[in-house]
Amino acid sequence: MPEPVSMEALMNKFEYLKPKTLDEAISLLKRHGEKAILIAGGTDVIVMAKQKRMAPEVLVSLREVPGLDSIHTHGTLRLGPMVTHRAIEKSEFIRKEFSALSDAVDSLGSIQIRNVATIGGNICTAAPSADTACPFLVLDAHLKVKGSQSERMIPLSQFFRGPGRTALSRGEILTEIQIPRPLPNTGSAYWKHQRRLALDLPILGVAVLISLDKATVTCSDFLCTTSPISAVLHRLEEDELVCREIRIALGVAAPTPMRAVKAESLLRGKKITDELLEEVSEAAAKEAQPRDSIRGEAWYRRDMVKVLVKRMTMKSMERILRPEEKVFPDRLW
Amino acid sequence: MKHILNFTLNGEPIQVEIEPHLMLLQLLREKLELTGTKEGCGMGECGACTVLLDGKTVNSCIFPAVEAEGKRITTIEGIADGKGGLHPIQKAFIEHGAIQCGFCTPGMVLSVKALLDEIPKPTEEEIRNGIAGNLCRCTGYLQIVQAVKAVSGQ
Repeated sequence: MPEPVSMEALMNKFEYLKPKTLDEAISLLKRHGEKAILIAGGTDVIVMAKQKRMAPEVLVSLREVPGLDSIHTHGTLRLGPMVTHRAIEKSEFIRKEFSALSDAVDSLGSIQIRNVATIGGNICTAAPSADTACPFLVLDAHLKVKGSQSERMIPLSQFFRGPGRTALSRGEILTEIQIPRPLPNTGSAYWKHQRRLALDLPILGVAVLISLDKATVTCSDFLCTTSPISAVLHRLEEDELVCREIRIALGVAAPTPMRAVKAESLLRGKKITDELLEEVSEAAAKEAQPRDSIRGEAWYRRDMVKVLVKRMTMKSMERILRPEEKVFPDRLW
Repeated sequence: MKHILNFTLNGEPIQVEIEPHLMLLQLLREKLELTGTKEGCGMGECGACTVLLDGKTVNSCIFPAVEAEGKRITTIEGIADGKGGLHPIQKAFIEHGAIQCGFCTPGMVLSVKALLDEIPKPTEEEIRNGIAGNLCRCTGYLQIVQAVKAVSGQ
């Protein structure tokens, strides 16, 4: 009988470095090259090391670099990469103004994970299933990145290069996530399509952000969640609501989180109707490039893109008036 | 290279020399012989290894021990009164039969403690959310929820 082996024994041994400044962290990454990896909360890095999906010899921790966990809400929303998901979850301001991001952190991992896992880590791990990726995409997030020589900004839409691959060069560190203030009359929502309500990865993730023409949002009860969507849309058509901006992002629908730009272009600047929303949802499903995986088949994911893009567009419009409205109906509890 | 680690464990300052790749769970169980904290999945999913770090729940199985530097760690051994008396949450768990095999119990109790420290009278939804990161494979969740209601005076 072989000896029982703990997970610990299976993991490669590594050095653990705790730089005190960004410059020190950057130079450590440069010095150790491919042997080194940056660790933020570690809820991905440590798990991947235990699963032998990576074997770093040196971990460079960002935890003791000061100032990376701040949230600046004045003007452009500026989030430090070491902000935990739990801190986002607790921010009433973010829930009201950037609802889709709150939806994502509400359903990410567990409280234990959210207390430790960081938004910078979630983006830089670049998993196709990263929960915050879709909200950050529809919120038009830009990433501030620092290397040894210079600093640059990367739009999130150009950041993901493949599963686990990003636009970061060796020695570059994400230092800030910037989100512009949305237009007036904007709502957003993210749906994590999953089999259970906690500790699951999404079968599919869909985020939508919509901004409506200002003059048209007059009727405070124009969305009633108990009415069928077609009835609600009929009332919306009477209101002549015009879509000023629409952004749709899909997760686990392609090798990287993606924007459904063709679908968006069908609705931008147009009057919102039931038929048009149907077309937009279908276009998004066509743009998706899902694959079969253990969590769901490609055809199922594509069908659900259609359903959920429509549903999240409705939820985003509802959120313009009721930003605190939950994305998951209470009855699920 | 070994690290000299200083932190507060269950109210007592402690200094220990550790390997850099050690996880907090192994430090607690194997070096400090506090075996109340359990290893379940070892991958941050089941919550059996939950401890409190500065009052917040973390999965100790994927938390590098070196990151505990300067922190306050509370394990299940640290929440009773130290004179043999149990914590009210522990008593409520016993009274309501919220323990079957007991393996999830230390983590579950600490998650409940963190919840009640933040929300003294949680709704049922808040209770279920609060323990969502702790899997009970005996599936005795109903009694656990009842115990939490009782201990929070509901």
